[in-house]
Amino acid sequence: MIPALRRYARALARDSDVADDLVQDTLVRALRSERLFLGGDVRSWLYTILTNLNKNRRRSLARRPQFMPLLDNNPDASGTEAEGRDIARALATLVEEQRAVLLLVMLEGLSYREVADIQGVPIGTVMSRLARARAHVKASLEGERPALRRVK
Amino acid sequence: MTDHRIPVTEDELHAYVDNELPAERRGDVEAWLAAHPDDAGRVQSWRAMADALHARYDSVADEPVPKRLEIERLVRQPRKWIYGAIAATLVAFIAGGGVGWVARGVAASPSAFQNLTVDALDAHRLYVVEVRHPVEVPGNERAHLQQWLTKRCGWDVRAPELDATGLKLVGGRLLPGPTGPASFLMYESASGERFTLYTSRAKTKSAQMRYTAAENSGAMYWSEDGVGYVLSGPTDKDRLNQVARLVYDQTEKTGG
Repeated sequence: MIPALRRYARALARDSDVADDLVQDTLVRALRSERLFLGGDVRSWLYTILTNLNKNRRRSLARRPQFMPLLDNNPDASGTEAEGRDIARALATLVEEQRAVLLLVMLEGLSYREVADIQGVPIGTVMSRLARARAHVKASLEGERPALRRVK
Repeated sequence: MTDHRIPVTEDELHAYVDNELPAERRGDVEAWLAAHPDDAGRVQSWRAMADALHARYDSVADEPVPKRLEIERLVRQPRKWIYGAIAATLVAFIAGGGVGWVARGVAASPSAFQNLTVDALDAHRLYVVEVRHPVEVPGNERAHLQQWLTKRCGWDVRAPELDATGLKLVGGRLLPGPTGPASFLMYESASGERFTLYTSRAKTKSAQMRYTAAENSGAMYWSEDGVGYVLSGPTDKDRLNQVARLVYDQTEKTGG
């Protein structure tokens, strides 16, 4: 479960240290909580904690000037680096809720129902967030690629 | 007959890509896409987007987990909040299912299968030391155990008879696996030696038997018909191999 949480956190928060902080806080919170033992889906529950912690983090950051990392640290070694940066940059332009939906569905393979529970919204809201996120990322990727090719 | 007159909605295109569409509607959507290249192009672009996300971020799940996130370390700190079997269950939930990052439709790499084995070994180490609560359903309820695990896991879960190797079924439990549930069965010899059999969906169709060992535990792992098997026990390779063969022979019979 930890590798999957780290992957989600990295895509959500971009910075690898911030991402691992989120995972650590999530695990500590989960281990301290007893709500888990009443039943329910542990996987969804861990994603819920992480998603909420990130929302809180961004809320407190919003009161301060925003710093965007200049370099997407740890670019993927296996995929093409340019593509990796493209998708990371496109993700960064999404609003928080849309980014979370996109990642939970497309990267983590959660169902619409699970994502609806994680975000505490109806399934219809999940679907409209997903549709908007996909349209936005698609536009962003198509807007960037030609420029990169020209550089080459 | 499929009814092509019902137009496919935007929501349905998304649901189609995300495997959320009811099976009976998939044919309609495929027919629609064949006739509507613009929609087909969008669907294709969403698939490419998913591939790009995996290409960029799956490597994170392959990185070694940093020391500060090691579950053993985190468990040691807040010890006072968690107790015995409850803690073991929770830790197994978190430590287990480590290959959840193997996305639908993406073929598992060899390392994914190895991660599944690591999860199985983690579960093995956690539960073999349990004296009072090693299993959820005891071995004397074998029929019920098999029925329950089969229902929850979705493939035929049989607890193999390992008496020939001196092992009796202690019982079993359900654990979260990489892409769904995992079944976990425990066996014990008269001398108290414990073996566990962990099975979960594996994207690899079939893989031959391999051996791995970590921290005083050894495992033989293989996959068959999309199900991964991990037999964990003491590091004695010959003994493990003997038991694994017996398991393998029986799964082959029941599976075929």
